Amino acid sequence: MNIIELKDLTFRWPQRNESIINIEHFSLAHGEKLFVSGASGSGKSTLLGLLSGIIKPSSGSIHILQTQFSTLNGPQSDQFRADHIGYIFQQFNLIPYLSVIENVLLPSLFSNRRKQQLQPDPQAQAIELLAKLKLPKDCINRQVTQLSIGQQQRVAAARALIGNPELIIADEPTSALDRDNRSAFIQLLMEQCTLTGASLLFVSHDQQLQPLFDRHLALSQFNNCEEPVDEYL
Amino acid sequence: MSIYNLSLKSLKNRRTTACLTVFTVAISVLLLLAVERIRVQAKQSFANTISNTDLIVGARSGQVNLLLYSVFRIGNPTNNIAWDSYQQIIANPVVKWSIPISLGDSHRGFRVIGTNTDYFRFYQYGRKQPLTFNAGKAFSGMFDTVIGSQVAKRLGYQLGSEIIIAHGISDKKFNRHSNSPFVVTGILAPTGTPVDKSVHISLAAIEAIHAGGLLNSKVNLTHLNPQDYQPKQITAFLLGLTSKVKSFALQRSINTYRTEPLSAIMPGIALHELWGIMSIAEQALQGVAIFVVIAAMLAMLSNLLSSLQERRREMAILRGMGARPTHIFVLLISEASLLTTLGIITGIGLLYLILALLAPLASSEFGLNLALNMLTSSEWLLITTVQISGIIIGFIPAFNAYRNSLADGMTIKV
Repeated sequence: MNIIELKDLTFRWPQRNESIINIEHFSLAHGEKLFVSGASGSGKSTLLGLLSGIIKPSSGSIHILQTQFSTLNGPQSDQFRADHIGYIFQQFNLIPYLSVIENVLLPSLFSNRRKQQLQPDPQAQAIELLAKLKLPKDCINRQVTQLSIGQQQRVAAARALIGNPELIIADEPTSALDRDNRSAFIQLLMEQCTLTGASLLFVSHDQQLQPLFDRHLALSQFNNCEEPVDEYL
Repeated sequence: MSIYNLSLKSLKNRRTTACLTVFTVAISVLLLLAVERIRVQAKQSFANTISNTDLIVGARSGQVNLLLYSVFRIGNPTNNIAWDSYQQIIANPVVKWSIPISLGDSHRGFRVIGTNTDYFRFYQYGRKQPLTFNAGKAFSGMFDTVIGSQVAKRLGYQLGSEIIIAHGISDKKFNRHSNSPFVVTGILAPTGTPVDKSVHISLAAIEAIHAGGLLNSKVNLTHLNPQDYQPKQITAFLLGLTSKVKSFALQRSINTYRTEPLSAIMPGIALHELWGIMSIAEQALQGVAIFVVIAAMLAMLSNLLSSLQERRREMAILRGMGARPTHIFVLLISEASLLTTLGIITGIGLLYLILALLAPLASSEFGLNLALNMLTSSEWLLITTVQISGIIIGFIPAFNAYRNSLADGMTIKV
């Protein structure tokens, strides 16, 4: 079973002639951990925008978990994302006025499905997950702004993983980390994905990370856009 | 945790600006409610000054003027009424009772009212409440006096205190009727009307202190006989009739009285006209209060709008977690309404605090009764209007954030 299935997908910004995304076929298998590398301007962010439902393709189809994702309307795709996708940003992932635990439990605010997965004790589940991600115990009661960037990214990973979504999308989550932290973070993230059976789509420009993953694809290998264009902002 | 909790925590994170906004709203609500309360209380205590009197009669003048000097003890009468005219009018069978009033003297800043004991029997204020005595009784002797509660309180008079009445209303040494000391025989209970600030003496006493021979002479006052000092004229009189319907006919006949030019007015109508004059000030006050509320709302708006820019990251993260643009909208709306609600609650709290502190002063200084009542329905209406406008104001930043989050999606913009 494929978690993500893209067919004849194109995307063109309004008032532009050339497509930034032109993918004949792409798939991510169940449980797979895929590293997609791409230089800036290669359409990385646009692809992530399409996969999260924020933008809609110009033509072609996106299936996620066998759902015709590309035809869902705005609120439906938001709900789908809340239920099935864990998302990790580059940096500053956390909401500064919420505690570590509250940040981790944030997805359950928007997804009943993930909330149900956390019953009966969401707090305990969050603490357990943070422990598995090797976040020092004393960090839990600290303000999120007092955590190091590495610690913040682990909290962000915990937030993506909580409630067992089937797909984790990580958008350059290690770009602000140093080398040691980078591999440690990816290792922990992959361990957890294996444990929960989630598939991981890891996007980065950093080619050095490639050996850590099952499979590696350069975006340019499957995206046949006519010419490099400005990155989606 | 819910989305409302989220906005609460977000506000807590920005507590300095949030507190300032809450205070701005609070002060505007305080002003709005205070103006409303003072307006209502003033109007009420104004209308409460005289009750159950059918006609007020004085020398020919405008009705507001007559009302002001006869009831509010403000300003001066234009002329006097002959005692005979008074007798002739009250002889009319429709007259149930009458209270003669003779003005023109003062005691240490308080007006002196010459009248008879009918004043204490028939004068009514508020909701047809008669005058009652806190101590003592109505005057009986020629130099007995009954004082209002304010007079007693301010000047520290008790039963038996001796006072001196001055001629004219400016109480200067040279025009004091120093030869006529009066004795306090009664102190009236507080009414919240000008009665509290009046010194009441008999008509005979008024006549006596003005009788030439008395002044500066050393007559033994105790030997004066009230019968020798029949009043020749009075300033005004109040009438109670056997039936309200008769007041129109009697009013007309008094207004066309042949012997001398007189005016009879109906207190209700005159009060209404007087209040109409005052209502300009009232409306101006209300207008200012409304503008202060608008200013507070704009302050909240600018605060929320300026916070949006720095919160775009927060919105993007929430979107990443699956928040719909609608959630972002609700988040911002609930912040605006929460700020407004907190402002309103603080404003009401401040109002009651100030009322509790000022009530004794207002009642003793101005006879205004600032009771700690529950909020009235018109006050609730004002509060609800403020709350609703807070929510409506919230639509502007909420819609901005909604649009931003649609455009930004999950891209973090700084």
